[in-house]
Amino acid sequence: MSAGDLLQRDSKAVTIRRRIPRWAYPLAIVIVAWLIGWRIFNNMLNLPLQTAQTTPFHLWLDQVNNWVGDNRDSSPVFVYFFDAIRDIVGWLASMFTQIFVHTDVGLQLPEIGWLGVIVLVTWIAWLIGNYKVAILTAAGFLTFGLLGLWTESMATFALTLTAVFFSLLIGIPVGVAAGLSPRVERLVTPVLDFMQILPSFVYLAPLALVFSIGPASAVIATVIYAAPPVTRLTAHGIRTVPATVAEAADSLGVSRSQRLWTVLLPLARRSIVVGINQSVMAALSMVTIAALIAAPGLGVPVLQGLQSLNVGVAFVAGLAIVILAIVLDRVTTAASTRAEVAARSTSAGRKRARRVGLIIGLAITAIAIYLSRTVLWAAQFPTEVNFGDWLAEVINGFSTWVQHTFSLVTINLNEVFTVWILNPFQAMLTETPFILVALVILTVALLFGGIRATIVSALCLTVIIAVGLWEDSMITLASTIIATIVTMALGIVVGVAMGRSTRIDRLIRPGLDAAQTMPSFVYLVPFLGLFGPSRFTAIAAAIIYAAPVAIKIIADGVSAVSKNTVEAAESTGSNPWQIITKVQLPMSRKSLTLATNQGLIYVLAMVVIGGLIGGGALGYDVVAGFSQISLFGKGLAAGVAIVMLGIMLDRITQAAAQRNMRTPGASEVNTAHQHHQRTKKGTNHEIDKRQPAALLQ
Amino acid sequence: MRLTSASRRRYFSSAAILAASMLLITGCSSSLNTSANSSDSTSKCGTVKLAMSDWVGYTANAAVYTYVAQKRLGCTVKQLPLTEQVGWQGLGDGTVDAIIENWGHEDLAKKYITDQKVAEDAGLTGNIGKIGWYVPPWLAKAHPDILDWNNLNKYADNFKTPESGGQGQFLDGDPAFVTNDAALVTNLKLNFKVVYSGSEAALIQAFRTAETNKTWMIGYFYSPQWFLAEVPLKNVSLPKWTEGCDAVASAVACDYPVYHLNKVMTVKFAQSNKPAADLLKAFHWTDADQDTVAKYITADKMTPAAAAQKWVDANKSKVDAWLK
Amino acid sequence: MSTTAVAGTDTESAAGSLDVDFSIRNLWKVFGSDAAKIVADPAMAQLSADEILEKTGCVTAVRNVSFDVARGEVFVIMGLSGSGKSTLVRCFTRLIEPTAGQVMMRGQDILNLGASELREVRRRKVSMVFQHFGLLPFRSVIDNAAFGLEIRGIGKAARHARAHEVIELVGLHGYEDRFPDQLSGGMQQRVGLARALASDPDVLLFDEPFSALDPLIRRDMQAEVIRLHRDMGKTMVFVTHDLTEALKLGDRIVIMGHGEMVQIGTGDELVGAPANDYVADFVSDVSRSQVLTLKWVVTPVPDDLPGDGPSLPATTVIVDAIPTVLGSPVPVRVVDNGVTIGVVDRDAILREVAGEKSF
Repeated sequence: MSAGDLLQRDSKAVTIRRRIPRWAYPLAIVIVAWLIGWRIFNNMLNLPLQTAQTTPFHLWLDQVNNWVGDNRDSSPVFVYFFDAIRDIVGWLASMFTQIFVHTDVGLQLPEIGWLGVIVLVTWIAWLIGNYKVAILTAAGFLTFGLLGLWTESMATFALTLTAVFFSLLIGIPVGVAAGLSPRVERLVTPVLDFMQILPSFVYLAPLALVFSIGPASAVIATVIYAAPPVTRLTAHGIRTVPATVAEAADSLGVSRSQRLWTVLLPLARRSIVVGINQSVMAALSMVTIAALIAAPGLGVPVLQGLQSLNVGVAFVAGLAIVILAIVLDRVTTAASTRAEVAARSTSAGRKRARRVGLIIGLAITAIAIYLSRTVLWAAQFPTEVNFGDWLAEVINGFSTWVQHTFSLVTINLNEVFTVWILNPFQAMLTETPFILVALVILTVALLFGGIRATIVSALCLTVIIAVGLWEDSMITLASTIIATIVTMALGIVVGVAMGRSTRIDRLIRPGLDAAQTMPSFVYLVPFLGLFGPSRFTAIAAAIIYAAPVAIKIIADGVSAVSKNTVEAAESTGSNPWQIITKVQLPMSRKSLTLATNQGLIYVLAMVVIGGLIGGGALGYDVVAGFSQISLFGKGLAAGVAIVMLGIMLDRITQAAAQRNMRTPGASEVNTAHQHHQRTKKGTNHEIDKRQPAALLQ
Repeated sequence: MRLTSASRRRYFSSAAILAASMLLITGCSSSLNTSANSSDSTSKCGTVKLAMSDWVGYTANAAVYTYVAQKRLGCTVKQLPLTEQVGWQGLGDGTVDAIIENWGHEDLAKKYITDQKVAEDAGLTGNIGKIGWYVPPWLAKAHPDILDWNNLNKYADNFKTPESGGQGQFLDGDPAFVTNDAALVTNLKLNFKVVYSGSEAALIQAFRTAETNKTWMIGYFYSPQWFLAEVPLKNVSLPKWTEGCDAVASAVACDYPVYHLNKVMTVKFAQSNKPAADLLKAFHWTDADQDTVAKYITADKMTPAAAAQKWVDANKSKVDAWLK
Repeated sequence: MSTTAVAGTDTESAAGSLDVDFSIRNLWKVFGSDAAKIVADPAMAQLSADEILEKTGCVTAVRNVSFDVARGEVFVIMGLSGSGKSTLVRCFTRLIEPTAGQVMMRGQDILNLGASELREVRRRKVSMVFQHFGLLPFRSVIDNAAFGLEIRGIGKAARHARAHEVIELVGLHGYEDRFPDQLSGGMQQRVGLARALASDPDVLLFDEPFSALDPLIRRDMQAEVIRLHRDMGKTMVFVTHDLTEALKLGDRIVIMGHGEMVQIGTGDELVGAPANDYVADFVSDVSRSQVLTLKWVVTPVPDDLPGDGPSLPATTVIVDAIPTVLGSPVPVRVVDNGVTIGVVDRDAILREVAGEKSF
């Protein structure tokens, strides 16, 4: 379909919609019924449950938890299965730990001291990537030392390597299977959804119970969170191999394994590498949380910073995490480009120069490793150079200044927002009989999502009622919806600005990347100072976390609007406002829906963090379940309720996206988006150009 | 099958190089490590794995214990920063040897000491923990009568926030503690609503902001706590605690009990007869001692190790008594 | 092109006979659940594709098709998009599994082959060239051309040697180390052709190979195919929607419509005697004088025709006959296998040349 067609179709749709939106009347009726029901049946059948109250179901879950603890040492399931897993994971984790962090003998120096590590990782970055990422790697790793966090950074690095290794070990084969067989895919997708949406706080304590606290269970917790992206993107990559290429290979008589190894995997490689990227990022985002079960690394200072309200310390450690994320991201991306560049490099001279350089580099690496194992200054990062404390002080000063300067204003803002927007909306959800609220939700699901989404929503709501957390779920839902609306507003304003101007895009995008990687624990303290512990604070934190994603998707969508179409609109004399509202936004409607979907999921991901700063409801239930043994069951139930909310909202928005757009393949909207988003990034542009038309069709 | 593309071969070869170098490195341990005289740290004492909670009283205990165990007994002490429940869990599976300041936790004690019999009480620390209701100092100064619970309803309106609706807000903090606050509010017929801030950090920050901005605030807190050195919160008196007044959780209408803080260790560690285990059992000091070390750490910004050294040097006789 | 023509429209020639490469009998392909039942049910099998769709929701892509492809001929399958022609050609090597019917290749029942036997057929006997090339983007030209040999397990040196030969053959010498996206569409299709030729198959299948190419390049590629056919004499099955291309390349052409065979015959048979309106409509734009042979315009031999006048073979295309006919004062004798079947005169020729649009 040409851009012209699209425009025509869209503008037609817009004019029709403006006159009689298909869904407006039913929606209006439902809302009116809801309002009336709220007034008449106020606080009836609204299934309340006090914060400290539990249900028999929660107590039963407690018993399950106790049973696990009691049988940990005797049941063969644990002795032969879980312990074996723990031993294998622990073995690799301890191997990396010994190489990079410390050994258990003598001075407990690592096998490779800081000098050796920096030179080694730089050399590897050059080998698998290019000299640019090698420089970035060297600078990044040096910064760890300069921030005074060398050991912590290496511990995180070691655990991330371990977790990513196991994520790939599981994710890629499962992803291949899911990519090859729709049946496997249908089986795997809900499991992946569950793994990603279930808050890690929920399974952290039971996991520690089953696998003991320490690096092994931290790695396992990380794998649970980090394996889904690479699994999804591998499946996506395999599934989207152009049918024409696969068929051509078939016509030549390839066997099943030849088809996989010579056609599907090479063609899916780009998607798989994006998946590896995403898994690395996901693994890093678990660093802080893993510290709760005694995983060493950068998460420890972040948590300690939070506990002692020392924003500076937490920020410096958070900065190190961001740097590690950027280095790993760029190196893996460059590595994916490398293979193609290497294969196509036309100049034999340059090839030879590189090879000679790499050999010299290897020699230097060997020397550096040797030094770092024999000379103390090369083994232990000198403590004299430490800018971390200074930076922490600066940040603390800044944070205090911000809080002092703005807190009165911001606390008032909180009050106005909560009283006039949040409380009424939440009251409508929590004070109306649950049947009516459920009907409203299902009607919305039917109007925007369709039958399937409605059935899924009904199931999810049933589970929420069954686990006894209706009221808390509705409070969380209220906050989630409001946070998503604000996120979308931000997303549209900033996203349109970025989409229309590459200069603004280039200016803002790195900040968005950093905001996504910076552990949210870091900015909780200043937020608490600004807004106090409240639902508003939790909403604000969620927006900070979710907005970058929404902004990026919308920016990509707007910038993807055909230049011809914009030009055509300009030629008719449209002003910028008209172009935005009549051309660019309607034409990036797919991105808008996608941004809403992702915004919702990201906001939900922050529910538990919100529970730490006054968000209450499900988030608090989960947090309390983690810290209080008598609330474990309720915490787990709350985790399940969050997953149910997540799946429900995801299915409704995705179905809405599909319906609106009538675009085939919108069920892959999630992964496709991630793919798209990644490939938009600068480092991937080269790849884009080199990819054949068949791949980009 | 033939996988002959150049890139694949390259990856194989680089992976091989990497693997080989890894093997090489792990095969022989660092010469710095082996050259170091390691007899002192691998003596008969061995390693003690100590759970670390984050409040300063705990830090003080742990710092002094660690310092004495290392310097006088030649042990290695591994400090594992953990929340309380996870620390207990660590006792259960052996990843933690000891907790050096425990606040009650009857449910956990029942599970790991009474039922599973993996842990045991290692005696009192000599310190006393107090949970209670607190207000920021400025408020106590401006309205001294607020320190009596009977007057709280008079001021309830001032404590209103959007979170608490029409009632005064009572802020709860660290979810690790079972609190009686909701029951107290009901049973004392206070016009308040308990709001759960969700974390200790949130609670502290709220108190800090309230003191700075001179806003109204009442909440749950406890001593000893490092924050009390920064902002000396004032305790609001509740009806006196008597034996059994808090037996039924929903009917509680009295103050929290005073916690005689104790130490907990694994049965295995206790029976190991290691000097570090005996030291843990013997460790006992006063509130004044703990406050001194805590002050070194919070007010004087000393590292825990330095603070411990300073106290140990000044209290040789006490330490010697532990080691007898 | 017509030198190897196999005359006749006999679709009943014995399957498996030596001069037949592919023999298709009662072939069906129905997409949808329970497709097999539809074909098995005589009442259903009676219905047209549209009726089956309406009744069952199943799409009938190939409906009861039978024909033979003779060895060495260029057999064209022609039809509009959606006529089932691409599905049909994929049924030859079961890239699409037929629902019912029989496909014999040189006496081998393709539909009863096991997976590995089928792979052998695809690896050695039948190769295919695709509309969208289907090249592996991460492989150089030479590795793409050698791909079929590689999966057969042939060593690198041997397969590269062979790949060099076929690359030369398709005129890509010097481009061995390029990558597909560095080549124009036409050159990419030459790589596709080289890949198909590399395994020296008995039969080449082409699925609209040139429809994605520019007209000029398409003409070059058509000439290329004609040249290759002339040089190598391989049997070719060529799917196209372009009648000009079909007429240019095809010894015989089958016209498909709604999954069914509408007419089969040589180009001039289709143009000269369309079986129905569908075919007539198809061929209406064709320059008849360039397609029809003299046998379609002969008139009875006049009694007064001098015996020594010029004569032409019946297989001569009208345009080729113009100089002779116009240069001859008398009608030209048309001879088929030594027998005079009639004459053409100036008027007949001019009528065809001038009036072709009015048909």
